[in-house]
Amino acid sequence: MPKNLQLLLAYWFFIIIGIACTSSLQAQTKAATQRLVLTGSSTIAPLVGEIARRFESLYPGVRIDVQTGGSARGIHDVRKGIAAIGMVSRALKADEADLHAFVIAQDGVSIIVHADNPVRTLSREQIAGIYTGRITRWNVVGGADARITVVNKAEGRSTLELFLDYLQLKNSEIKPHIIIGDNAQGIKTVLGNPHAIGYVSIGAVEFEAQRGAPIRLLSLDGVEASVENVRQDIFPLSRSLNLVTSNEPHGWVQQFIEFARSSQVHDLVRAQYFVPVNTD
Amino acid sequence: MILSERNTLFRLILIDKLLIGILRAGAMLAALVMLLILFFLVDESWPVLSKLSIVRFIDDASWHPLEGAYNLMPMLSGTVLTSVGALLLTIPLSLASALFIVFYAPIHLATLYKRLIELLSGIPSVVFGFWGLTTLVPLINQWNPPGASLLAAILVLTMMILPTVTLTAYTALAAVPEELLRNAAALGLSRWGMIKGVALPAAKTGIAAGIILAAARALGETMAVLMVAGNVVQYPETLFDPVRTLAANIALETAYAMGDHRAVLFVSGLLLMLLVMVLSGMAGLLEKQRHA
Repeated sequence: MPKNLQLLLAYWFFIIIGIACTSSLQAQTKAATQRLVLTGSSTIAPLVGEIARRFESLYPGVRIDVQTGGSARGIHDVRKGIAAIGMVSRALKADEADLHAFVIAQDGVSIIVHADNPVRTLSREQIAGIYTGRITRWNVVGGADARITVVNKAEGRSTLELFLDYLQLKNSEIKPHIIIGDNAQGIKTVLGNPHAIGYVSIGAVEFEAQRGAPIRLLSLDGVEASVENVRQDIFPLSRSLNLVTSNEPHGWVQQFIEFARSSQVHDLVRAQYFVPVNTD
Repeated sequence: MILSERNTLFRLILIDKLLIGILRAGAMLAALVMLLILFFLVDESWPVLSKLSIVRFIDDASWHPLEGAYNLMPMLSGTVLTSVGALLLTIPLSLASALFIVFYAPIHLATLYKRLIELLSGIPSVVFGFWGLTTLVPLINQWNPPGASLLAAILVLTMMILPTVTLTAYTALAAVPEELLRNAAALGLSRWGMIKGVALPAAKTGIAAGIILAAARALGETMAVLMVAGNVVQYPETLFDPVRTLAANIALETAYAMGDHRAVLFVSGLLLMLLVMVLSGMAGLLEKQRHA
């Protein structure tokens, strides 16, 4: 019995030590002097969060706080000086010329079908027709005589937002048959269904297609869907992901922006299925 | 062991007291965690619960949280339908399996069969999900598109809860006292008569407990269902229509949800929790009836 008790006591002892250690660690990070606040687009926030973590491990004196709230909030907070850097998931508009924008990555979305599907290209109207349920069979757009399975993304995803923006539709107008979460699930769904049509981040699908998955990327408005065309900003279903500042950046802000655009974070950019920019 | 010395006895009492204290603290902690989860769910969903009337969650036109439509009822029906469907398939299959192991199979076959079922219970849910997505859904799609459907979700859930119900039913049946069965045999009852008249009534509670455990798992299962159910928010008209469950809804949308959207997802978590509470309340009622 006493032996068991000793074990129990030792167990509790270790737990208490563990809790004490983590709380002292937290206290340490709180004591860091430099604090950098970034707010804005929820599309960019996960990527910037990862970049910030790597930046913090390189420069232990800096603490970076990433908050979401949409591109509009990013612009607003930078102008008001609440945030040092704003995250904006589109190109700056004409009335935002007072801000400085730095592209950290490109986000491109590609329409995909099964490789057995004879359809090579679809117009914007045809895609809108398919997604709103006006076109329900493949033979209407030059395919086989089969029912179209429409694959849509879950609400709140950035690919959905970009896709809706391209088609000028609201999500409630779309009549989907399958709703998916992440890119991998979307690709698996189209692979398993020769009559499905879906859309996923271009980085994810090009990787799968190169590995021989029977999947086809449709060209849009005559532009071939490829990472290269997204990088050149000529693919219609793409947008740039920006960090914006109100003044010419200097100090830690400048260092962070340069870090976020450097090749040191390209693996993080690709892990989020975005396309890295060429800075060097 | 003889405890003649007063010293030893005293120490033992002290240790006992200490252990009871630790155990009590542990039990309190477990109960507290449950309460904390409930409190957390209410707290996180409060921004919309205080702003919107409950009717909105029942009466809105659809589920499009970014456009201010918050109807949760299609997802509630999806959750209940997938679980009930899976239970309807599981219960007869599991009972048959358990009876086979206990009363019909030769000893070697019974051991082997039981090992297989145990193995099935150890497979992670995401593996079932992948199997469903790459094999089951395309199969159903050939039969009746789009494949990802209520039926696929029910079949995958059945695979997942089958071992739980089978193993608990097996344990309950194996625990029926041998003398009861001998007496039944001595009375000249056939094997099926013995099972129906003696073994099953005696093992009833254990079997019911297993079914409730499985039902709770089916209600809360997320990944596997998310991969095969199609996740369209609607009331299904046939078995081949896609559905979305409450758990899948949270998993699908929570990563990118902000503000009200996020809070509404916590409301769907709260609803799921209420559903499980109703279930465990029913289990308690069942227990009470047995004792009455």
